[in-house]
Amino acid sequence: MISTVLFFLFAGVAISCGVSMVVHRNPLYSAVSLIGVFVALACLYVTLAAPFIAVTQILVYAGAIMVLVIFVIMLLNLDEDKPLDRLRYLYFVGGGLGVALLAQTFFIYYAVLKTPKPDFDASTTVGNTMSIGTAMYTEYLLPVEIVGVMLLMAIIGAVMLVRKSEQSRLDAVSGQNVEEK
Amino acid sequence: MEQAFKTAFPFIVYTGAILLAFQGVLMIVAYTVLAERKVLGWIQGRIGPNRVGPWGVLQPFADLLKFILKEDLAPDKSTKFIYFIAPLVALTCALLPIVVYPFGPQIRDPLGWLVPYAPVIPFAGEENLVAWIAEQARNLPLTIAQIDVGVLFVLAITSVGVYGIALAGWSSNSKYSLMGGLRSSAQMISYELAMGASILGVVLLAGTLDLNGIINAQSNSPWYMRWFIVPQFVGFIVFLIAAFAETNRVPFDLPEAETELVAGFHTEYSALKFALFFMAEYVNMFTVSVMCVVLFLGGWYIPGLDYAARGLGMEAVFGVGTIGYAVISHIGFLLKIFFFLFLYIWVRGTLPRFRFDQLMSFGWKFLLPVAIGNVIVTIVIVYFLNR
Repeated sequence: MISTVLFFLFAGVAISCGVSMVVHRNPLYSAVSLIGVFVALACLYVTLAAPFIAVTQILVYAGAIMVLVIFVIMLLNLDEDKPLDRLRYLYFVGGGLGVALLAQTFFIYYAVLKTPKPDFDASTTVGNTMSIGTAMYTEYLLPVEIVGVMLLMAIIGAVMLVRKSEQSRLDAVSGQNVEEK
Repeated sequence: MEQAFKTAFPFIVYTGAILLAFQGVLMIVAYTVLAERKVLGWIQGRIGPNRVGPWGVLQPFADLLKFILKEDLAPDKSTKFIYFIAPLVALTCALLPIVVYPFGPQIRDPLGWLVPYAPVIPFAGEENLVAWIAEQARNLPLTIAQIDVGVLFVLAITSVGVYGIALAGWSSNSKYSLMGGLRSSAQMISYELAMGASILGVVLLAGTLDLNGIINAQSNSPWYMRWFIVPQFVGFIVFLIAAFAETNRVPFDLPEAETELVAGFHTEYSALKFALFFMAEYVNMFTVSVMCVVLFLGGWYIPGLDYAARGLGMEAVFGVGTIGYAVISHIGFLLKIFFFLFLYIWVRGTLPRFRFDQLMSFGWKFLLPVAIGNVIVTIVIVYFLNR
C-alpha cells in the first residue's frame, strides 16, 4: 500500500517536473525542473530497492552534469522572450520522436502484460553494491573496459580542444597579457 | 487496536528517531555558532558574546528570534521563485545526510529488562506488547537508515547542495551575488573530485561503502593503529583540505569574500532566508566532521573500551552491545566531532584567504594528483596484501 502511494507521489513529481521543463521559456527554470525529474527518479529507484543506482543517478546527473548546465546558463544569460524561429523544424523532429516514444511505452506495457510473472525472490542481491561490482568486473568486463576507453578519449579530446584555443587566444592578445604577467 | 498499533509502530519510531537526530544536530549547530564567536573572540583578545544569559549561553536563540522578526526583503528584479527555493535547497541538502550517520554501535537488547515488568505497565495488553516491542528493538542500530552505500549517499547529497548557492547567486540579480555563486560552483566542483578520490583509499581498505561497515573495519583491534588515519594519512590531509573548500570556510571562503564581494551569494538575502543559508553552512561543517571521524578516526569506536570492560569484569555495565557501551561510544563520537568543529574555528582565526586562481590551481594541480597517487599506491598495497 505504502509503496503504491510513494510510487504515485514520485511518479507525479517526475512527470510534472518533466512537463514544466518542456513548457518553461526560461532555460534556468527548465534546468531546475530537470533536476527535479532526476531526484524523483532516484526516489523511485530507492523504492525499488536499488539504492546504489539511486545514489549514482543523483551523483552523476543531478550532482555533476546539471551543475555544468546551470553554470553555462548562468554565464550566458539567455534572452527568455524570443522563440528561436530558425529552429522551427525541430518541432517536427521532436513531435515524431515523441510519438515514437509513446508507441514504445505502449509496446513495453503490452509486452509486460503478456509475459508471465517471474518467480521473484525478495532476498536476492540484485541492486546490491557488491553484486553490481562483481557483475561489472566478471560478466560485463568488456563493456566496462570499452566505456573506460571512451571516457579516456573524451577526457583527452577535451584537454586537446581547450589547449588549442588557449594557445590561439594567447597568440591573438600576446602583447598586453604577457606584460601583465 | 493492537494490530493498528503494530502497523503504525515503525512509523512512530522512525519519525521519533528522525526528529531526535535532527533536533540534536541542530542544537549542536546552534552552539557551534556560539562557540565560534567565543573562540574567535579569545583568539583576537576579545570576550565574545556575554550579554544574553550567563556566559552568552542563550545567544543562539536570541539570534534566531532576531532572524525571524526582521523584515524579509527581496530584490525588485530577482527571479522570485528560484530566489525563494534556493535557501530551502541549501538547508535540505545539508540536513539529509543525517539519516545515514552512524551515531553509535548496535545495542543488543535495549528493552529486554522491561519485559518482566510488563503486567505493571498500563495498556500493555493481553498479548504483551512490551515483549513484542522488546523483540522489535533487538539489535537496535543507532542509525536511522542503514543503506549499503552510505558514503556515496553523503557525497551525492552534498554535491546537490551546490545548487542552493548557485541558484541564490543567479536569482538575486546582483553582480556580487552572481560572482559569489559562480565562484562557489567552480570551487565545489573542483574540490569534490579531490574529496571523492581521497575517500577511495578508505573504501579500498574497508572493502565496503557502508558507514557502519567502515567503522567495524576499524574496530577489530584494541589499538588506534587500526584507525584509517594511519594507513591513509595522505588521504586524511587531502580530505580535510577539500572539506574546508567544500564548506566554503576560511581559507577557501572566496564565495563570500567580504573585501571583494560584500557577502557573496547571500548578499541580497535577509531575515529567515539568510538564517537558512547560515544554518546550512554550519550543518555542512558538521556533516564533513562526521565523515572525517567515520572514515579516518574510527567513528564511534573508542580503542580498548571493549577490552577495558572485559578486564575490569564489568561487561554487564559497558561490555559490547550494552546501553552503557553505546552511551560511552556516542560521547566519544561527539568529542571527535567537536574536535573537528574546533579545528574549523581555529583555522578561521588563524589563516588568511586564498586568491581565486591560487585556489583553482591548488585544487587541480596539487590536491587532485596527490589524491589519485594515494589511490594508486593504496590499490597496489591492498592487491599485494590480499594475495
